[in-house]
Amino acid sequence: MYRILKREQIVPNIHLLVVESELIHKNAQAGEFVVVRADERGERIPLNLVDWDSRSVSMIFMALGTSTYKLAALKVGDEIATLAGPLGKPTEKVQGKNIVCIGGCYGIGALYPAIRMFKENKNHITTIIEARSGLLLYWQEELRKYSDDFYEITRDGSRGFKGHVNDFLINYIKKNKTDMVYVQGCTYLTYLVSQTTRPFNVKTIVGLNPIMVDATGMCGVCRVIVGGETKFGCVDGPEFDGHQVDWDTLLARRRVYLDKERYSLSFYECERYG
Amino acid sequence: MAKKIIPKKTPMREQPPKERAKNYDEVPYGYSEKEAMQEARRCLQCKKPICIKGCPVEIDIPGFIRFIAEGNFRGAIEKLKEKNVLPAVCGRVCPQEDQCEKICVLAKKFEPVAIGRLERFAADWERAHGESSVPKIPRSTGKKVAIIGAGPGGLTVAGDLIMQGHAVTIFEALHKPGGVLVYGIPEFRLPKAIVYREVDYLVKCGVALIVDFIVGKTATIDQLLRDFDAVYIGTGAGLPWFMNIPGENLNGVYSANEYLTRSNLMKAYLFPEYDTPIVRGKRVAVIGGGNVAMDCARTALRLGADEVHNVYRRSRKEMPAREEEIHHAEEEGIIFDILTLPVKYIGNENNWVKEMECIKMKLGEPDASGRRRPVPIDGSNFITPIDTAICAIGQSPNPLIPQTTPDLKIGKWGNIEIDSETGKTSKKGCWAGGDVVRGGATVILAMGDGRVAARSMHEYLTTGVW
Ligand SMILES: Cc1cc2nc3c(=O)[nH]c(=O)nc-3n(C[C@H](O)[C@H](O)[C@H](O)COP(=O)(O)OP(=O)(O)OC[C@H]3O[C@@H](n4cnc5c(N)ncnc54)[C@H](O)[C@@H]3O)c2cc1C
Ligand SMILES: Cc1cc2nc3c(=O)[nH]c(=O)nc-3n(C[C@H](O)[C@H](O)[C@H](O)COP(=O)(O)OP(=O)(O)OC[C@H]3O[C@@H](n4cnc5c(N)ncnc54)[C@H](O)[C@@H]3O)c2cc1C
Ligand code: SF4
Ligand code: SF4
Ligand code: FES
Repeated sequence: MYRILKREQIVPNIHLLVVESELIHKNAQAGEFVVVRADERGERIPLNLVDWDSRSVSMIFMALGTSTYKLAALKVGDEIATLAGPLGKPTEKVQGKNIVCIGGCYGIGALYPAIRMFKENKNHITTIIEARSGLLLYWQEELRKYSDDFYEITRDGSRGFKGHVNDFLINYIKKNKTDMVYVQGCTYLTYLVSQTTRPFNVKTIVGLNPIMVDATGMCGVCRVIVGGETKFGCVDGPEFDGHQVDWDTLLARRRVYLDKERYSLSFYECERYG
Repeated sequence: MAKKIIPKKTPMREQPPKERAKNYDEVPYGYSEKEAMQEARRCLQCKKPICIKGCPVEIDIPGFIRFIAEGNFRGAIEKLKEKNVLPAVCGRVCPQEDQCEKICVLAKKFEPVAIGRLERFAADWERAHGESSVPKIPRSTGKKVAIIGAGPGGLTVAGDLIMQGHAVTIFEALHKPGGVLVYGIPEFRLPKAIVYREVDYLVKCGVALIVDFIVGKTATIDQLLRDFDAVYIGTGAGLPWFMNIPGENLNGVYSANEYLTRSNLMKAYLFPEYDTPIVRGKRVAVIGGGNVAMDCARTALRLGADEVHNVYRRSRKEMPAREEEIHHAEEEGIIFDILTLPVKYIGNENNWVKEMECIKMKLGEPDASGRRRPVPIDGSNFITPIDTAICAIGQSPNPLIPQTTPDLKIGKWGNIEIDSETGKTSKKGCWAGGDVVRGGATVILAMGDGRVAARSMHEYLTTGVW
């Protein structure tokens, strides 16, 4: 069992979770994730590592379904059943490049270790975070620390640039030398950014989130098609070249359990709240 | 005076097929004390018991059987435990017909002694009558051993080395120990409580078990070697194979590992009480002819399928699954489509599998394995409607450890190469065995490998000579 050191809602529906672990930090690198299971009956779900130290690891998650609702109900001192990692391939290290880093929803947190690593490797970093509304943006201070330029985009214009990330990005790439784009967030965002950068031929690395079970390469549920080849998201990824990803298959495969997930959530809420 | 031999094994009672196809309870009930003693008396107590040679862990077979015949069941289980840390498991899942029972002298003329069933009986008797006491552990040698993987192989090494006085820590990637015994083999064939109980026994003996620890990621082997004097790699063959045919990434197409892991380890058959979902298909095709395929087919049936087809490219005779498993599957109503090979899955507009295209096969000349090679019959393609497909065509070792251990010699199938006399790998201080060396094999072979390695590890730990 793994003890919760902190759990707080940082913006509506998005939570920070800090769990005790003296082990995972030793080999942890940007781009890697952990598997957590809230309780003995829980699912194994992957969450990106957003930070770590010698006592703990931190994750940021969005409450969506049963597993994340269970996590959102945790209090300091509670325990979760599983915490395993670090998993996945770390973000590829590059040097002296102009990198645009984009994050949305839980991906804003997931950007943090990548930006820190990119900065340590002497890259020029432009960070863009986006949300529906300014209310949903977070961790600006943390991200600014490692960013050379920093932009916020909201669809309702309540903060920063009003509109969609793709409009902003097209403009940006046209005006600024961009060697690489790095994206963390929901499948729609990673897809959208990949489509936007394709005509400019700017290398685009996306953190994908296929469904997972073991996350060690044992079951194959996380398979994604990249460059026409089947890869396992958990061990060959989760970061891939967004221009090579077969998005239709990814989007479809994420929906396999949609009806069951909804049912599971209503079952959980019934059990919990009667 | 020559005793009269009863030609047939004492039968074991089973749940009726119609009933059991709807539940997860174990299929055979096991012997009663009376049945066990009756069966034990069939053993001739040979002076030179050749049956022992058929057992990879060299159980004193007539020894434990004699205790059962005399009604000394405690004596029987203690005898078994001298050589086998998992008797309740082996008695159930060992392919006895190819091992100990195959060479039992009785088998020449009659049915062999039901060694497996007797082994299971003794272990179950112990479970029902309270634990034998934990054996006395020798004084600590001060040496530390890391075992990677809590499958049957790793557990055997742990048991052997703790009894030599070494400090043993098992590192397991998943949240539960047991390896395939827990994530692969279904409850109705091997109740998980049995596996956990055997692991608990090791823990009581002093073995430290650390779950959620992925060697190669959480720590590499080289990092472990800073704290441990020796390492045993028993990580199994967990990388699932696909056929690389069109449509394999459609929704509803599973690997056997995913299907079984969801159902067994994650208890998806109890969804929504348990959170992990699984597709409960109505027309299910399971591809492959081994134990894994039988387990998938029988699981699909229990999850509520109307029709489960087992699709196999050779004939029934070549099926690698145990006879007992095929027989149980047939009884339960699995339909066998032999000499059939899927060539393509066809999806609907939502990317869900709706049909499978197959081609009929015929048997040609024998291939390298000695089995007749299946050859496609031109123009015999046909399409059959399905809503779930499970690919159970085999697996190979997971590359995580090889990728992060540069000086470990790896064979062309991704298997770790060892010296078969000792289990030593090419890396000093590291041994390996079981499925990570052999590819998919058996529980008892993994345990036999563990025994061989443990002997060599003990020697190294006491002499320091590699
Ligand atoms: C490598 C990897 C890293 C990840 N890192 C994080 C992370 O750091 N933080 C985090 O919050 N999540 C992360 N995810 C996604 C996370 O694992 C899922 O959100 C989680 O499994 C949801 O579980 P659940 O039971 O709460 O919801 P479910 O019951 O599985 O899902 C509820 C509903 O939400 C939909 N849904 C699920 N995920 C998303 C999504 N991302 N965007 C939009 N809709 C979705 C489902 O289709 C379903 O309809 C990551 C996934 C992967 C593969
Ligand atoms: C569905 C199925 C049915 C079977 N039926 C039978 C049968 O009836 N009879 C029979 O004799 N055999 C059967 N087998 C085969 C048998 O189960 C295996 O041969 C046997 O379990 C191999 O044992 P092992 O100890 O080598 O590895 P495994 O049992 O595979 O255990 C390996 C363990 O190592 C862990 N691991 C892997 N990588 C790492 C890592 N990097 N770090 C830490 N831990 C790691 C895994 O999670 C796993 O728990 C069956 C196999 C399957 C899949
Ligand atoms: S362990 Fe397996 S091979 Fe050995 S005696 Fe028991 S059933 Fe036979
Ligand atoms: S060979 Fe058969 S009859 Fe002889 S001791 Fe072994 S089990 Fe008994
Ligand atoms: S999650 Fe099972 S192989 Fe990737």
